[in-house]
Amino acid sequence: MGSVILQQTINALTVGSIYALIALGYTMVYGVLRLINFAHSELFTAGAFIGLGLAGALGVSGHPFAGVLVGVITFVIVGLIGVSVEIVAYRPLRGTSRLAPMLSALGMAVVIQNAVMLIAGRRPLIYPSFLPNGVVEIFGAIVTYKQITIFAVAVILMVGLELFVNRTNLGVRIRAVAENAETASLVGINPNTAISLIFFIGPGLGAVAGILYSSFYGVASFTMGFVIGMKAFTAAILGGIGSIPGAVLGGFLLGAIETFATAWMPVLTGGLIGTEYRDIFAFSVLVLILLFRPAGLLGEHVSEETMVYKSDF
Amino acid sequence: MSAKKPWCTRVTSDAKTTHIPWLGAAVLLLLPVAVLILGQFLPTYPLRVLDMILLYAILGLGLNIVVGYAGLLDLGFVAFYAIGAYSWALLASGQFDIHLPFWLVLIIGAGLAGIAGILLGIPVLRLRGDYLAIVTLGFGEIIRVLMNNLDGLTNGPQGIARIDEAHLFGWTLSTPLDFLYLLVGLLIIAFLFVWRIEGSALGTALSAVREDQDAARGCGIDTTRVKLVAFCTSAMIGGAGGVVFAAMQRFVSPESFTFWESLVIVLVIVVGGLGNPFGAILGATLLILIPEMLRAWADYRLLLYGIALVLIILSRPRGLLPRAYGPSWLMRRLGGGR
Repeated sequence: MGSVILQQTINALTVGSIYALIALGYTMVYGVLRLINFAHSELFTAGAFIGLGLAGALGVSGHPFAGVLVGVITFVIVGLIGVSVEIVAYRPLRGTSRLAPMLSALGMAVVIQNAVMLIAGRRPLIYPSFLPNGVVEIFGAIVTYKQITIFAVAVILMVGLELFVNRTNLGVRIRAVAENAETASLVGINPNTAISLIFFIGPGLGAVAGILYSSFYGVASFTMGFVIGMKAFTAAILGGIGSIPGAVLGGFLLGAIETFATAWMPVLTGGLIGTEYRDIFAFSVLVLILLFRPAGLLGEHVSEETMVYKSDF
Repeated sequence: MSAKKPWCTRVTSDAKTTHIPWLGAAVLLLLPVAVLILGQFLPTYPLRVLDMILLYAILGLGLNIVVGYAGLLDLGFVAFYAIGAYSWALLASGQFDIHLPFWLVLIIGAGLAGIAGILLGIPVLRLRGDYLAIVTLGFGEIIRVLMNNLDGLTNGPQGIARIDEAHLFGWTLSTPLDFLYLLVGLLIIAFLFVWRIEGSALGTALSAVREDQDAARGCGIDTTRVKLVAFCTSAMIGGAGGVVFAAMQRFVSPESFTFWESLVIVLVIVVGGLGNPFGAILGATLLILIPEMLRAWADYRLLLYGIALVLIILSRPRGLLPRAYGPSWLMRRLGGGR
């Protein structure tokens, strides 16, 4: 019994790491621009495929350092794509209305998804494992090295982001612009620099998540971003959208809710609610959280001023 | 709408201008007549496309009440559409061997969607802005997952096939041309309905809620009730659209009711112009026609569609037809009134 729970905790941490990494991208963009970046989930997919292409081009799959190298290059490439998407599709719409950039993001999501499809093909591809193989048994629970690596990579990236945002000069700029872009520009911070930086880091993290996710499941398809993106977005809201620690907490929490609910609901309800309701748990939690604590678990109270669309419509 | 407690006293009244703007009315009537005449000459496939345009225009008009007039972003509109579609699929097919007449299911479907709208509205309408958008999104997904999994009721992912042919007062609806007549009729009703809302006390209350909710409440507008009415009427139009969709396809499956569908309907009204009934029609025309015209590019179709969407939004972020240029404006211009 104990080992079963431990096993599920480990599974939850693996899924949660991936959700958290993607959720960071949603939450950072939302925190600064109040924009739901629908293109983010497609950048996650793009990351997985670019990683795959790089591994093929460099001919390096298998070696542990190769994985790191592929991850870093993919981070940079997808980060640059993210920056260009913002400059092309969102920046011209800043200040027009709240809906326009959101729908522009949607258009970009369609563009990126289909670009991936045209380059990589419609059929799901078998994904090489960049992660070490092997298992270790801890108190009766079987943990694969893949799971350990995913968790470790996620934690390293999150700690890195936390240090970057809180301890560096550029991080201060990001926080200042997130707090209030106008005031930040009064003290000489160029909001565009900070926003570009966010659109570099967020998609970069999402791309790494894409590589981890595809390596874990061994397959990548051009449509895989949508559902994962929705879940990660749910995680971001769960933790309090706009809050970086919130996204991490939300990611792990959602991973746990999903894993445990999927495992235990059929048992508790006598098979009435089966594992096929997996996706419902995520959205039900989302609806409940929003009804009782709209700002999320760690989110600060957002003033009505920024929440209401008002003249935007 | 009850006489006892008005939402808001009418500030502007156009009761003085009693003459009917005949020219404006004629121009408005010309459009459906032109569509029907065009329908006589079109082959089957383009007729189907025309039917889809009209259907999306109806859905757009429905969603416009909530998004365009009340200023509440609803990303789960497809749920109401799905409820309507499944009403026809379940009440007029071999699934449970129930075969109700079309007009009755049209009412039931719209009614059920309306009830769902109220049930969703009661808890969520105290949320504002993005949070409301996200909850409605979650609701839409929950409805879709339910339809995917309640195998006993909805037949799961396989969907429900062999749905009855629709009959309306002895008239069989089978060809795309038959549905063109039905859809034109429904579009006219929906159009007039939405246009009337715009000029009514409810419309005034809705725009007050949109512009400033707190000030609206200060004026004595029962904002929760106004929003509920908007949610309910919009859901009813969505439900009716769903019934027609199911009757037209004679097959429904959860595939047709994804989040993407909700987004297309939002796009219809944003591209066309929020809060403008003409906008919904123009938006539906563009959003259905563009992918059809891109069919020749096969695999590149959706890529080009995405690029077209981004370009349209970049060039006209507030939509092609602004709010002020609605049917009332047309009437004023052509009727020679004020």
